[in-house]
Amino acid sequence: MLSQKHLLGLENLQKSDIELLLETAESFKEIIDRDVKKVPTLRGKAIVNLFYEPSTRTRTSFELAGKYLSADTINFTSSASSVRKGETLKDTAKTIEMMGVDAVIIRHSSSGAASYLSRHVTASVINAGDGTHEHPTQALLDMFTVKEKKGTLSGLKVAIFGDILHSRVARSNIFGFTKMGSEVFVAGPSTLMPPDIEQMGAKPVKTIEEAVRDADVVIALRIQLERQQKGLFPTIREYSKFFGLNEDKLALAKSDAILLHPGPVNRGIELTSEVIDGSQSVINQQVKNGVAVRMAVLYHLIGGSRE
Amino acid sequence: MKKLLKGAKVLDPSQNLDGMRDILVVDGRIAEIKENIEISGAEVIDLSNYIITPGLIDIHAHFREPGYEYKEDIESGSMSAAAGGFTAVACMPNTKPPIDNSALIEYVKFRASQVGKAKVLPIGCVTKGQEGKEITEMGDMARAGAVAFSDDGKPVASSSLMRKAMVYAAMFDKVVIDHCEDPSLFEGGQMNEGRVSTLLGLAGIPAASEEIMVARDILLAKAMKVPIHIAHISTKGSVELIRKAKSEGVRVTCEVTPHHLTLTEEAVIGYDTNAKVNPPLRTQEDVDALLEGLKDGTIDAIATDHAPHHIDEKDLEFDQAAFGLVGLETALGVILTNVVGKNGISLNTAIQKMTIGPAKVLGLEMGTLKVGASADITVIDINREWIVDKDRFFSKGRNTPFHGLKLKGKAVMTIVDGNVTYSEIE
Repeated sequence: MLSQKHLLGLENLQKSDIELLLETAESFKEIIDRDVKKVPTLRGKAIVNLFYEPSTRTRTSFELAGKYLSADTINFTSSASSVRKGETLKDTAKTIEMMGVDAVIIRHSSSGAASYLSRHVTASVINAGDGTHEHPTQALLDMFTVKEKKGTLSGLKVAIFGDILHSRVARSNIFGFTKMGSEVFVAGPSTLMPPDIEQMGAKPVKTIEEAVRDADVVIALRIQLERQQKGLFPTIREYSKFFGLNEDKLALAKSDAILLHPGPVNRGIELTSEVIDGSQSVINQQVKNGVAVRMAVLYHLIGGSRE
Repeated sequence: MKKLLKGAKVLDPSQNLDGMRDILVVDGRIAEIKENIEISGAEVIDLSNYIITPGLIDIHAHFREPGYEYKEDIESGSMSAAAGGFTAVACMPNTKPPIDNSALIEYVKFRASQVGKAKVLPIGCVTKGQEGKEITEMGDMARAGAVAFSDDGKPVASSSLMRKAMVYAAMFDKVVIDHCEDPSLFEGGQMNEGRVSTLLGLAGIPAASEEIMVARDILLAKAMKVPIHIAHISTKGSVELIRKAKSEGVRVTCEVTPHHLTLTEEAVIGYDTNAKVNPPLRTQEDVDALLEGLKDGTIDAIATDHAPHHIDEKDLEFDQAAFGLVGLETALGVILTNVVGKNGISLNTAIQKMTIGPAKVLGLEMGTLKVGASADITVIDINREWIVDKDRFFSKGRNTPFHGLKLKGKAVMTIVDGNVTYSEIE
């Protein structure tokens, strides 16, 4: 069991918890390749996906993770629910809880929404992305993927580049990788760099080249194109020129460096198709590992009796 | 009607008075103030071991009436004021409808007189409907009793309009109070921009959002030789701008809240919406600068910015919760416990900023115990230890970041025009 009832973020997750989750994910991964993808571990448990933001891959990943473990999973998405009628998150959560769910997986546009929910329900709350705060299972699957390829999570140079300011993936990865003993360098347009980022343990650098040079791990972030309209960078063209990763820039990293991206990718903007589909890319493996990591999270949060 | 307040130490910064005095109140006014008054036919109130100060004045509060009575109304707000030791409260006009004409000024005054627990000093809008387009009938409102003008919460973005408003208000000897905030820099902000906003992934409100407008207002006041009052300053930069302007003779005054003097952005960690306030809680460096500004006279008044909200507007995801916190019932305790004694700030200074300080900003004959003044009096037990309990507030608002805080010092009796409006004394 984890030392906590909820998974709200990696900031407050202990290193031993991260290790436990990654080890468990390793043993679950094999289930995904089976002909009959089902183990009875969470039989009789109910899980709800409470998604207030559109998401295909994260929601599907959680849903399959639950199903492979024999839990009953249902989806509650904002467009199809009473959210539009103005029901509050608290009331929606309480309603769902009264139906007897064991875990609530929440994706929400407000930073802190998962933490808020955890104060109002007795079920375990799993943060599937809250605003620009954290996305812990994404970071766990990134770490799992890196560990699988590199054999370790300590002593690595990790480069994260793109829209750091608005990225919950970046925050969770900074917390996660630094906790496990790696160095995290961040780069992005200065207008998309949050203040005092170094106090989170990351090392801000001015150029993507500087971040990527000699890196073991390169994590690209998705740039939301509407940021351009808000005046945070002048054109997609210039963004791509300075902060897009191509083969030349990736060549600055160690020769065995791996490239990750949380998806969905803007092809030709933050990454060129050559690097997305190149030999160093582990983007597709990330997706598979995501299911395994989420199985591990569900198992450790609701799989046993909590004393 | 005679009341004799006996045995207390009287602290009245308006007349540099700090000593044992008896006070005789006749017909709602201070009739005599000296050592050992003996007189027959007066109701004697024994206040031994207490401190008497002029009635506390809050230059910045929201009583929400008309329109938002579910948050607060003039009755609950007045009771909250009395319980906190306040005898007069200047109320912001961002009600529904906004207080932008003399009829509404008179309505507020009428309601306050019905309740009779505190003097409610209405502030009128700077622009019609708080829309930032056309200035209001300030002359008419001033005549009806408006004490100042402000578009608090919806600051006047146009510098040209602000300049006209300041000049026009000055014609009636009234000051414009500006909530300084550059809307384009504020946009979507949730808390102070800095380490904690980065950590929590909340959109930041930069210090410059406030300081740009403070600088603008100072420049306008300087050029037009008219006064401006800056509401609730929160940053070191604002203190420095105002200090410099004052030294150059610009007619700028300002206020600070107890929460900005005692809390930092750290209070938001855990997404506590009770710490969501505008301007946001800043850093320790800002707190230190505000304390220094209070001590050296840069800051003229301590204001609560009492902003009650319903629980449904606060028990929400952080970015959907309302800004603001209640302060009338905690202000004095917080100041006595966590400000007096810090950075060499004396009790006298603190009381000055809560009495004659705000009275002077508004140009009101208040905040003093001089003979002839209205008998607005606050009695303080400086040694009373108490714990803030939001569920016992007279205010309808429960939104306080101070719940559970242990404080020392409390108002135990409040007197308005010679009438006791609140008392914990047997």
